[in-house]
Amino acid sequence: MTAPLPEAPLLEARGLAKTYLTPRTAFRPPGRVAAVAGVDVTLEAGASLGLVGESGCGKSTLARLLLRLVPLSGGSIRFAGQDITDLSERAMRRLRRRMQLIHQNPSAALDPRLTVMSAVAEPLRIQGIARGRALHDRVAALLAEVGLPGDFLHRHPHELSGGQKQRVCIARALALEPQLVVLDEPTSALDVSVQAQILDFLGALRRQRGLSYLFISHNLAVVRQVCERVAVMYLGRIVEEGPAAEVLERPQHPYTRALLASVPRLGVAGVAAAAPGDPPNPADPPPGCAFHPRCLVAEPACRTTAPALNFARGEDHRVACHVAARRGLPEMTETT
Amino acid sequence: MTTLLEIADYRLAFDTFDGTHHVLDGIDLRLDAGETLGVVGETGCGKSVLARSLLQLNPSPPARVVSGAIRFRGEDLLRLEEAALRRLRGRAIAMVFQDPASYLNPLLAVATQMEDAIRGQDSAAGGRPRPRRAARALAAELLSAVGLPEPQRLLASHPHQLSGGMRQRVLIAMALAGEPALLVADEPTTALDVTVQAQVLALIDGLVRARGLALMLISHDLGVVSASCARVAVMYAGTVVEEAPTPELIARPLHPYAQGLIAAVPDLGRPEAKPRGMPGSIPSLLHPPSGCRFHPRCPLASERCRVEKPLRRTLLPGRSVACHHATP
Amino acid sequence: MADVLPVEAASAGVSGGRGRKWRLAAWLLGRSFSSRLGLALVVLVVGLALAGPWIVPYPDDVAGAVNLARKLQPPSAAHWFGTDEVGNDILTRVIVGARLSLLVGIGIMLAAAGIGVPLGILAGMSSGRLRETIMRLTDMFLSVPGLVLAIAIVAALGPGIGNAMVALVLVWWPGYVRLAEAKALSIREEPYIEAARVAGASRLRILWRHVLPNSLSPLIVKMSMDIGQAILAVASLGFIGLGAKPPTPEWGAMIAIARGYLPEWWWYALFPGLAIYLSVLGFNLLGDGLRDILDPRSHRG
Repeated sequence: MTAPLPEAPLLEARGLAKTYLTPRTAFRPPGRVAAVAGVDVTLEAGASLGLVGESGCGKSTLARLLLRLVPLSGGSIRFAGQDITDLSERAMRRLRRRMQLIHQNPSAALDPRLTVMSAVAEPLRIQGIARGRALHDRVAALLAEVGLPGDFLHRHPHELSGGQKQRVCIARALALEPQLVVLDEPTSALDVSVQAQILDFLGALRRQRGLSYLFISHNLAVVRQVCERVAVMYLGRIVEEGPAAEVLERPQHPYTRALLASVPRLGVAGVAAAAPGDPPNPADPPPGCAFHPRCLVAEPACRTTAPALNFARGEDHRVACHVAARRGLPEMTETT
Repeated sequence: MTTLLEIADYRLAFDTFDGTHHVLDGIDLRLDAGETLGVVGETGCGKSVLARSLLQLNPSPPARVVSGAIRFRGEDLLRLEEAALRRLRGRAIAMVFQDPASYLNPLLAVATQMEDAIRGQDSAAGGRPRPRRAARALAAELLSAVGLPEPQRLLASHPHQLSGGMRQRVLIAMALAGEPALLVADEPTTALDVTVQAQVLALIDGLVRARGLALMLISHDLGVVSASCARVAVMYAGTVVEEAPTPELIARPLHPYAQGLIAAVPDLGRPEAKPRGMPGSIPSLLHPPSGCRFHPRCPLASERCRVEKPLRRTLLPGRSVACHHATP
Repeated sequence: MADVLPVEAASAGVSGGRGRKWRLAAWLLGRSFSSRLGLALVVLVVGLALAGPWIVPYPDDVAGAVNLARKLQPPSAAHWFGTDEVGNDILTRVIVGARLSLLVGIGIMLAAAGIGVPLGILAGMSSGRLRETIMRLTDMFLSVPGLVLAIAIVAALGPGIGNAMVALVLVWWPGYVRLAEAKALSIREEPYIEAARVAGASRLRILWRHVLPNSLSPLIVKMSMDIGQAILAVASLGFIGLGAKPPTPEWGAMIAIARGYLPEWWWYALFPGLAIYLSVLGFNLLGDGLRDILDPRSHRG
């Protein structure tokens, strides 16, 4: 195995694409759905990147592409300096130690028939890391680390609360001491008071273990809290990307602005319906910029040409919008 | 304003194999005509069960009313016959739910389902159902009222051809068919994307104003309640712990649970304020804590809280709190 | 780290324990009269099958002794179910028949499930040619009425209880493929399967550790009901002379002979018939009861 070069990013993906074929039915010819259409992702070791967007924007598919859980339709992935684009299934199984996934719904992510002990021990058994007494001690230590008492070892998932189940999932992911953790909406199935606990814990964990996070969420406030960088996805593409504070406080793309304006704020009556209509159907994407049918500042060019992701404000903040690239959008006002 | 809905000391239990779950423990709430009330709380606090109680939609068994009354325009819903309840459903109180897809029949066109709903309301009112043609005209009108363009085309389509937001609008349109006085919305936007949620909340807001509807909005999301409701009741483990005008609750919650809940919400407007979690987890309703049900998690808990259940008392005009230690 | 993530109170969550599962099962089973009846009938049949040779009043009649002096006697204190055309006690032969029927029913079910379930789960977890092959083969078998096919197979192999069982297994396994495939198809979309892949699990491990155990509930229900159906099918083959040969005390074969003595000597056909009816009913009702227990949705009640 080659040691990663110190300056190489932990995860680097270029031009990732995933196209699903919809099956032919009696009423419809087979179709092509581009769930992810040419996305670049760079994640430095120890960094955390938030991926936000609405349902169907391709964020979950992108995460599974990066983990090589679904076959790629195009693009390449390098992990810790190694090209893993065409790595065999067998080789990927060994590599799984270093890249883990936390699911959205902990109730579904735990096999209902396995006890907490078996669930947390499974990765250790599979990877041949520990067995017997050592395995038991290791699992107990992991449970303690995620704040669960030892007598949980022999419980089944249905005996645990949502927050407790998510802790078990985190313990399971930590068992293999990964470098990269992909978190797919890790708190959206949890109550807000539990969410705050888990987010705090995830933050501390990253600092202590030097983990890298790819954090998928539809909740902008959560991403703002956890991530240094954020990428906004719309219909399979990244439309805006940059430091979290910069993107969420000075958004350049009209879609990012609409997202931010749509979030209800505590103590503010009413919300602005800032993007009319529904997110488009990936099987039938609009021509040009995918957002133009809902965009309040769209120009004729937006209907024909898809904008590229270009630098907007400074070196670090990129946006895929004709209007923002040419003249910039006026500052957002805090009237929502 | 006249009192439209009054829930008085309502207690509901679920009888299961494990024993009796005390799901609602003495709920007192009032709603005037045209008023908007948000009910907010976390999983298992009983907010959805409460909403369903208004139309007696909780399956029984296991649900069992222990005591109390739910009076709508002075009439106790808990004492009504099924036939009288049917007249009330939709015509006086209409309801929209979290998951719009499961409340539409996938095999029937939108037109058929809306016509059936409208004609069903006619028969429930004791009259003859209007002809399908007239029902369809009203359906189109209602769809326009909920902001759906091209109602005729929409009526001809099937639910799977609609987006989640459109389905929820169709269900809201159907809820309006009986010209209800009270709309009960149980997590109406939870399954929707945030941009679509904003549209639906704006729609509900507009309907409430234009039609003088009273609104009871059930949500786990303080932001949603804050955006849509003038008054808010915070529920915890089957009790209402605090009720207040929304801006006052957000600005200065008085109950320790309400304080914890608000402190846990990450707020985009205040990124520097780090959300704080609450220790512990929701108590079992099978063996609820003695005294104040929040006391095991409460930073202020004293001996009194362990033994004596706090009654909700008015601390400030329009604000009541169920806590021994809360001060105005 | 405990300062970051507050330690959970051990009592939090759903009250649990090993005992609860069994108590809940007993409660769910006891809640419905038909489940209790099914369980009682199955216990009765199994009890008779186990104790049969030791409790029968006329052990000599088991193998088919000839005692023409007491042939075709109606039910009486000495012969509760009457006697048959060679003077054998029908009660004795019905009780002993329980063991044969039960063994045959369980044997057919186990063999059919043993073939069908692995094939079904394999089909559900794979895609492309393998899945197509398995499923089309299954469809071929399922498109012919099972009993008719079984009759054809026994006719080819020659009559006898062993061949009847082989024939019934051959027509029975496709039902298990169907059910196991449908279940595996839904389970493979579960996030916990993806979670196992993320842990590095191989396909075989996922199949064995996660898909199979989680597919078992509907299969157990089907297995219970199939024991009853297999008893019925073996009796049917015995009735048309393709199964057990007299004097083997097999219920279907007994009815086949008794048919000639109807209606005058009614008890000869009635009691073996009742035995078939009650054991099939018992396994069906028990299957329904098991469905209630194994279906997580019923637990909320």
